[in-house]
Amino acid sequence: MANENFEPKITCFVCNWCTYTGADLAGTSRLKQQPNARLIRVPCTGRIDPVFLIKAFETGADGVLVSGCHPADCHYNTGNYHARRRWIFFRELLNTVGIPESRVHFSWVSASEGKKWVDVVNGVIDKVRQEGPFEGYKKINNEFALPEEVEV
Amino acid sequence: MEALQKIAKEALASKEAAFIIGYARVPGSQKTRPFIARDEAEAGQLVFDEYCQNNLAVYLTRIARPKEGKMGIVAKSCDVRAIVALLQENQIKRNEVYIIGVNCSGVVEDPAQPLSKENLAGKCNMCQAPQPAGTDTVVGEAKPYERADDKVGKLLAQLDSLSPQERFAFWEAEFEKCVKCYACRQACPLCYCEQCIADKSQPRWIESSASVRGNFAWNMIRAFHLAGRCIGCGECSRACPADIPLMLLNRKMGMIAMKEFNYRHGSNMDDPTLVGSYNNSDRNDFIM
Repeated sequence: MANENFEPKITCFVCNWCTYTGADLAGTSRLKQQPNARLIRVPCTGRIDPVFLIKAFETGADGVLVSGCHPADCHYNTGNYHARRRWIFFRELLNTVGIPESRVHFSWVSASEGKKWVDVVNGVIDKVRQEGPFEGYKKINNEFALPEEVEV
Repeated sequence: MEALQKIAKEALASKEAAFIIGYARVPGSQKTRPFIARDEAEAGQLVFDEYCQNNLAVYLTRIARPKEGKMGIVAKSCDVRAIVALLQENQIKRNEVYIIGVNCSGVVEDPAQPLSKENLAGKCNMCQAPQPAGTDTVVGEAKPYERADDKVGKLLAQLDSLSPQERFAFWEAEFEKCVKCYACRQACPLCYCEQCIADKSQPRWIESSASVRGNFAWNMIRAFHLAGRCIGCGECSRACPADIPLMLLNRKMGMIAMKEFNYRHGSNMDDPTLVGSYNNSDRNDFIM
């Protein structure tokens, strides 16, 4: 399964106040990271509806990273606590339907943790690269694909 | 059955209840159907026995609230849990319902056959208390019944032993059968949203066509929206025309609620809801 030439697509859902700013810090600090992550900025981890993660996998993500403020550090006080409780259920649900935990990652990265962000992202990318492409949805999506040659 | 009718008649006569949501016999059959008795004559048609499968709590959030009097409802102990869940979630108030609890001796899986160990509804296998608690009145007598194999639990254990790819293939085959009729949603006492996420079109998160992709999203989101809330009445699988084992997902979520939070929804009307609350000491070990 593992393919050295395989470059995974990782969709990251990050909160505006901590992780996005942390990733920004990583950039301004000129820290190097692998270019496989696509960041989607949301107001708070509490705003992340699990349907976002499903959509990410539907549209070709091989892995997902969800990241926000550390506990007790949420800009809105309790958003990340609510989010954490949801994740406890949702990662098990994904696992039950065949999207394993090795493709769904969670982290707390604060605005000052540029270095941690780089480590987390590189770690997730390496793990998903090892896991290989996520074939489940690719097969389903072919159902919707146009024939290769379309005569107009 | 006469005791039930007597209580229903009294509640209607004294205007305590504006109507009684109960069961009536389907003519020429032993099957029952949901039935709303609005006067004493209609209350004479109410029945209760092992053929009363429906969870009538579903009507509490869908029926027009009466101007005077309470909504009367005939409820087995599993249905009482659904009512308590609705109370916990502030969908109804306790003084809006008049609950006639019925002691239950198990209900059938297939209404064409008599009750037996083999023909026992899945939920009855899991039943922890056949006597309803916290109702306004209780009728009938609960007889012990023989429990059968826990098919859902077995299948779930089997599924857990498969590889993720095999699990995905299993659900792909199951969800392929889904025709997006939303019977699971309509039959569910806890699916009461006025606008379901599946009906929202801007943006459309869940594809509306009955394709595997949209079916996957729909069934996963429904399972997630019921996580820590499902009371296990099994009405979704019973309503499903495609026989998708929806209770597998719901049971799994219920097991997580029990394992991680020692929580069972619908047990106590004063408990906060599980996903609507949080604790600083919630599990954190899976987060980097």
